[in-house]
Amino acid sequence: MILRSLECRFLTIALCDAAEPWQLGSQDAATPMMQGIIDLHHDIFFFLILILVFVSRMLVRALWHFNEQTNPIPQRIVHGTTIEIIRTIFPSVILLFIAIPSFALLYSMDGVLVDPAITIKAIGHQWYRTYEYSDYNSSDEQSLTFDSYTIPEDDPELGQSRLLEVDNRVVVPAKTHLRMIVTPADVPHSWAVPSSGVKCDAVPGRSNLTSISVQREGVYYGQCSEICGTNHAFTPIVVEAVTLKDYADWVSNQLILQTN
Amino acid sequence: MSDAPPMAEKPTIKVETTPGDWRFPSANQTKRCFTCYIEYNKCIEAKGEGSDECTKYAKCYRSLCPGEWIERWKEQRANGTFAGPL
Repeated sequence: MILRSLECRFLTIALCDAAEPWQLGSQDAATPMMQGIIDLHHDIFFFLILILVFVSRMLVRALWHFNEQTNPIPQRIVHGTTIEIIRTIFPSVILLFIAIPSFALLYSMDGVLVDPAITIKAIGHQWYRTYEYSDYNSSDEQSLTFDSYTIPEDDPELGQSRLLEVDNRVVVPAKTHLRMIVTPADVPHSWAVPSSGVKCDAVPGRSNLTSISVQREGVYYGQCSEICGTNHAFTPIVVEAVTLKDYADWVSNQLILQTN
Repeated sequence: MSDAPPMAEKPTIKVETTPGDWRFPSANQTKRCFTCYIEYNKCIEAKGEGSDECTKYAKCYRSLCPGEWIERWKEQRANGTFAGPL
């Protein structure tokens, strides 16, 4: 009983939503999309280990038996119909077991025809981002627009991550379907947030769509993922997921600020 | 206390956006943005500015088109160099 209460107080899990030094695994999933990607990775890794063990064994066995003392006369097998058929069909079956979940995930990630509740435009610049929320204006000039610059490497506050923080965060509601429109103003960029499982290229002259449905409140970090010039590494993305009520309050406050 | 000025009323927002369109099922929404803009301008030409029937198209292109594009198109239309069918 005492241990349980202690565990509840001190052993709360801190979810990984930002890149960590020497990290090998994925960041923790915040969307069903990322969860699907992680699961697919685990499935493929299973087959990968099987293939690795099998091929390694064959290779080591070949090296081991290539010995003049114990096997002075090497084998001279030239052809074998049965083994040929086996090693043609078997890899195809493995690829099939890899392809089926892969295609299922790929087509389920296509959220173009799901009706979202919010549209956010992420506009890439060298080397910052502009975000536009245009669902709440009744003319072309009333968009909720703000720029998102990186916080310089020598100017972080206590607890902030290096090269990952921005001055203005993208605020989104949790458990809501979002539509992200990604486009650049100058050169190609890529809007990527690993926890959300989203990576969408920003191609000049084109606006690409991606869907996000954040399932838990928190702060998620990403970075530009298409080489865009000298400061490509200094163009971070921060998404803050809040409750729907907090989101509405934030939008209202921003609209007031932009009006004045 | 009663002399304090009344708090500025917060604008009420409705959390909704333009729905998906079956004509543009791919991730590339460039053409949809452009099409909504064209449809809106044709609509206000036919039904007059401020018509309720044109609101749907206005919301569509405002949500999907970057502000920079809209400004550029507005400038091109003023100069007579707009490439769309208007």
